[in-house]
Amino acid sequence: MGERLGISKTYKLFIGGKFPRTESGRSTAVNDASNALVAHVCHASRKDLRDAVEAAAKAQDGWANATAYLRSQIVYRLAEMMEGKRAELAAAIGDGGADEVDLAVDRVVHFAGWCDKFSMVMGGANPVAGPYHNFTVPFPVGVTGVVCPDERPLLGLVSMVAPVIAMGNACVVLASETNPIPAMVLAEALATSDLPSGVVNILTGFRDELCPHFAGHRGIIAIHAAGVSDAQRTALRLGAAENLKRVTIRDAVNFANDAACEGPAWCEPFVEFKTIWHPSAV
Amino acid sequence: MSTAADRARSESPTQAPPRLDLRAAAGSGIFEYAPAPESVRPAIADRYGLFINGRFTDPTSSKRFTTINPATEQTLAEIAEANEQDVDAAVKAARAALPAWSALPGKERAKYLYRIARRLQERARELAVLETMDGGKPIKESRDVDIPLAAAHFFHHAGWADKLQYAFPGREPKPVGVCGQIIPWNFPLLMAAWKIAPAIACGNTVVLKPAETTPLTALRLAEICAEIGLPPGVVNIVTGAGATGAAIVNHPGIDKIAFTGSTEVGKLIARAVAPTRKRLTLELGGKSANIIFEDASIDQAVEGIVEGIYFNQGHVCCAGSRLFVQESILDTVIAKLRDRMRTLRVGDPLDKNTDVGAINSKAQLATIEKYLESGAEEGAERHDCGSGELPAKGYFCRPCFFTGVQPSHAIAREEIFGPVLAVMSFRTPEEAISRANNTPFGLAAGVWTDKGSKIFDTARRLDAGVVWLNTYNKFDPTSPFGGFKESGFGREGGRHGLSAYLA
Repeated sequence: MGERLGISKTYKLFIGGKFPRTESGRSTAVNDASNALVAHVCHASRKDLRDAVEAAAKAQDGWANATAYLRSQIVYRLAEMMEGKRAELAAAIGDGGADEVDLAVDRVVHFAGWCDKFSMVMGGANPVAGPYHNFTVPFPVGVTGVVCPDERPLLGLVSMVAPVIAMGNACVVLASETNPIPAMVLAEALATSDLPSGVVNILTGFRDELCPHFAGHRGIIAIHAAGVSDAQRTALRLGAAENLKRVTIRDAVNFANDAACEGPAWCEPFVEFKTIWHPSAV
Repeated sequence: MSTAADRARSESPTQAPPRLDLRAAAGSGIFEYAPAPESVRPAIADRYGLFINGRFTDPTSSKRFTTINPATEQTLAEIAEANEQDVDAAVKAARAALPAWSALPGKERAKYLYRIARRLQERARELAVLETMDGGKPIKESRDVDIPLAAAHFFHHAGWADKLQYAFPGREPKPVGVCGQIIPWNFPLLMAAWKIAPAIACGNTVVLKPAETTPLTALRLAEICAEIGLPPGVVNIVTGAGATGAAIVNHPGIDKIAFTGSTEVGKLIARAVAPTRKRLTLELGGKSANIIFEDASIDQAVEGIVEGIYFNQGHVCCAGSRLFVQESILDTVIAKLRDRMRTLRVGDPLDKNTDVGAINSKAQLATIEKYLESGAEEGAERHDCGSGELPAKGYFCRPCFFTGVQPSHAIAREEIFGPVLAVMSFRTPEEAISRANNTPFGLAAGVWTDKGSKIFDTARRLDAGVVWLNTYNKFDPTSPFGGFKESGFGREGGRHGLSAYLA
């Protein structure tokens, strides 16, 4: 008997709480630093994106209408699930994986806490010049497309996704192109967390191919992107003009720096502020 | 030789009082009002230049267009048409002014805004009359709404200039840079204030383009900027039409575009800036729902319907142009609305009793008339207000509402921007909410009921940036304004409005 041959895995997509293969039948090999095969990942198509948007749209209202306290607990629960998958996540990241997992888990905990605090810090009671009760409150913006950077394949992804879901949105995520495996390991944690199916959907594939489809899909109302090229940025902004998507593109973020990617400014693009007036004099 | 001011004076409304016909008024059972014309006539120059770097300059092309009084069709003044070269000069002036202005301590910047606010208050009457002459809105609205709110916007934002570090936790407030701002003709001075006040309070400099049919009050504001000693280049005002706007949008020296106008143009601008690093905020069109539940206070709701759609001739992006009435009270509401509308006075905008003034332009009147025809063609029934004669000169449109409207009718889907209301009925709150939300727009909504839990539940579920409960069309500088969905993005007013002007 020779050395045991390892089982190399093909990671599937994560859509609506399930792990379907790409309808395109395409897959891509992921190799490690020594160029040895690690696994295959799906190469998602426009049709996969459409399926993912459909799943997100189904999940959107239920998640948006959950109480902020419940959302907060569910996002925190995700951090617990990630903690349980530390070793697998770290191995998927490669060098420096353990440190990145620490940062990623802490980042999720940070945003879990914003669910029921953002409105207090960023909403307001407005002292209008008249007998009216006037207040401004945030509401989830709706289904959001998240385009993740290549570097920091886990930390980048959770930093981009956590504020989106903390604010009550469902999302469709395009994982790091160069190392999508941590994202798919995370998907396994998501699938067994309390997050309702469809709130987070993860695709693996190519940014050049999928950015125009993210931008052009009318079911997506906001875009959160980092690590995109100038051409991808333009594609996102141009397509977004068709239905006036809210586009937020982060430039050169140091994801290891808490100050650079935490706080209410990271949540703000994923809410719509609604201002409500009511007479207060009889 | 007659000056524009003479021409303006010669338009005295006492010569031909365009008000409701006495017999018609008597027939409809309302009292006749004596004419109450506004007597102040602001001086209007024959021609105006571009306000660049603190002074008025001639346009490089020497091209000019006229601005007219839409209530009389008489020319008020000749206005400079800014081309790319002029816009470039304005952007350069704004860029040159930026370092000093943004480095000025907030406390000092604030003083300039406070001074502007004071001068707007002191010159309020002149500005109100000018606004009404140039745009056609009733003097009581420009006097009681537009001008006081414009002053309030400067006053409110003045106080933010030295408090920006407290406004956004964890964010170091820095100005965005040079802001290109393009505003519509429905609230000319007020929109200029909405745009300029937060921008300069945050340390930005601006190039603003007023609408081509209503440039006069923005040019007065330019005079006020010069008068109070605002450093040259901080505020530049360039006049012109679409080509001037495009020159601003496409200018590489601009860091941020703020646009208020139609969704169609908003999308064009979003496309134009897509390949650039320019920031963008858009305040666009609407087709806002006004929902009357059977447990509403009906007389108040009828007032709210009128306020919602006939305010400013319906030239309001957040106008409550789709009325949803619960079926059980539909007949009552329609009867009361018809009665109430009989008392609306349509005519001379400078008459203090006028409720509905002139349509802003000939082109807009044609657009409205096109929708009136389409409403009839598609099978809806039109109910006109009153029976008096409209003035013979000028652009006037009788306020009206349509019944028998289907959700698929153009008058129920598209923004008309005129005094035209589409009345529809609903049975359940669920139906009201889903129909109200069934539009690409999401600017505003109104809800009328005396039941507290129902009103807040409905407010929560409506996709709209502004929701008026048991009221409509209220505005305040402390109150953020802006839309969901294709009504644009970003907010104007309050703390939320500052965000767009800080990097």
